[in-house]
Amino acid sequence: MEKKPNPNVRMWQGNVACAEGAIAAGCRFFAGYPITPSSEIAEVLALRFPVVGGHFIQMEDEIAAMGAVIGGSLGGAKTMTATSGPGFSLKQENIGFAAMAEVPCVIVNVQRGGPSTGLPTHAAQSDVMQARWGTHGDHPIIVLSPSSVRETYDLTVRAFNLAEKYRMPVILLSDEIIGHLTEKIEIPDPSTIEIIDRKKPIDTPENYLPYKMDDSDIPAMANFGEGYRYHVTGLAHDETGFPTNDPEKIRAQMLRLNRKIQRFRDDIVEVETFNTDDMDVLVISFGSTARSVKRAVINAREKGVKAGLLRLKTIWPFPDKEIEALYKPVRKIVVAEMNLGQIAHEVEWATRREKPVVRVNKIDGEPITPIEIYEAIIS
Amino acid sequence: MAFRYEVRLSGSGGQGLILVGKVLAEAAAIYDGLNATQSQSYGPEARGGASRSEVIISDGDIDYPKAENIDIMLALTQEACDKYVVDLKEGGILLVDSQMVTNIPKGNYRVVALPIIQSAVERLGKFLVSNIIALGIITKLSGVVSEDSVKHAIRARVPKGTEEINIKAFYTGIELAVNWLEKHGSLL
Repeated sequence: MEKKPNPNVRMWQGNVACAEGAIAAGCRFFAGYPITPSSEIAEVLALRFPVVGGHFIQMEDEIAAMGAVIGGSLGGAKTMTATSGPGFSLKQENIGFAAMAEVPCVIVNVQRGGPSTGLPTHAAQSDVMQARWGTHGDHPIIVLSPSSVRETYDLTVRAFNLAEKYRMPVILLSDEIIGHLTEKIEIPDPSTIEIIDRKKPIDTPENYLPYKMDDSDIPAMANFGEGYRYHVTGLAHDETGFPTNDPEKIRAQMLRLNRKIQRFRDDIVEVETFNTDDMDVLVISFGSTARSVKRAVINAREKGVKAGLLRLKTIWPFPDKEIEALYKPVRKIVVAEMNLGQIAHEVEWATRREKPVVRVNKIDGEPITPIEIYEAIIS
Repeated sequence: MAFRYEVRLSGSGGQGLILVGKVLAEAAAIYDGLNATQSQSYGPEARGGASRSEVIISDGDIDYPKAENIDIMLALTQEACDKYVVDLKEGGILLVDSQMVTNIPKGNYRVVALPIIQSAVERLGKFLVSNIIALGIITKLSGVVSEDSVKHAIRARVPKGTEEINIKAFYTGIELAVNWLEKHGSLL
């Protein structure tokens, strides 16, 4: 008997789901430089883009790849690059350019052990702070972190939507475990996927201001090649896009740039809770480690310890309000992450150190096991 | 309570253990309608070095996707066997290549030593299909996925033109396992 499996059910790696999610979101330009453990994203897009009418280019290095992604986006495409720690370091200068010039794009960082070349084939979650502050200056950034293959697909789509909606770079912060994990995914029907495109100018080219100050805080973006000529620079600029040294204009633009995050924070931040209603112990985690936490929470509950999980799907802007809504009744907070406390530090700040924060950290490339988190919960 | 079955495939980089893991996971998840995850751990080398691939099969959600209480472990090299046997559960099955792994680590588990690589070379003339022979043995010994599903998954996954030799290798593995079971009795 020939078995007929559901054609929408696949066994995909996280990295494959990321590439397919990008295509579903409308991404048609990828520039990158291969690096473990992210290379499968480039490999899949190199094969798939010719079929769907996209363009793939392998650049000479990560810096140039980020530059190409910015250029592609200014030309009107939804663009993406994918990398890991060392490449993410190289891209920082141009990520700052994208933030300053308000160029929507998606940067995927499949985290591996660092610093430097570190652990090419092993997981880490130690680029949390780099994702926020890796490039200099007060800039807005959005960082999302998936915990499963399906969520990698969904959050890649969401990364494009947020980039387009708020005209800024969005980082998808995955890790080697999720990137290389193969699991079952039911591919969503394309008609059910929400797709957001950037706001286009309604002004004529003569009257178009690429960095116009208005109530929306998000200027309309014209594609190059459609008759709208404007200046794009990393220098502080006024509404026309040309450099300025006028403190008033600089202040207005810089405050607007950062207000995009502050004002729309509730639209951007997403978390998931598990067993948090009656909990005594709150465990906070993200990415692959959140899966270990879920198992630990179930095990603790079986032993009568009321533990709950708060999983951060958005890491930046930091979900401080969501933590605040949960932490008051608990006895203690456990933060599990594959770094030396980058999220724990933020949690201590968000909870004003009113509760003991127990850190479960690991930086040897191996995942944090459920038992290690369980022990921190019951201790 | 959902069942959770853990498989670890270990050996050296280049032996095709990640492929075997993917085929096994696809057999369970796509053709048998279960849940499955496959993950891997390897060094920076393209060839050599101890490498492992892990498959978790369950009829429920799989939260933690790594093996920690292993039901069946395959070791194709002595190094991998020594390094990775630690997580094999009490009473679990340790499947080794009888030529490559001569020093069986002490422990409370059931050992199945079979000439996997030798069978690939002598019976199929291709060292490369050792991994699929091992997959046949695991399918039979574990009983966690159906033979039919694994066969479909092999056809869908191996390079075009190599389907027949891989299916032959799969049944060579099944046969090795059947003969072993006839001699030693059921493991289930």
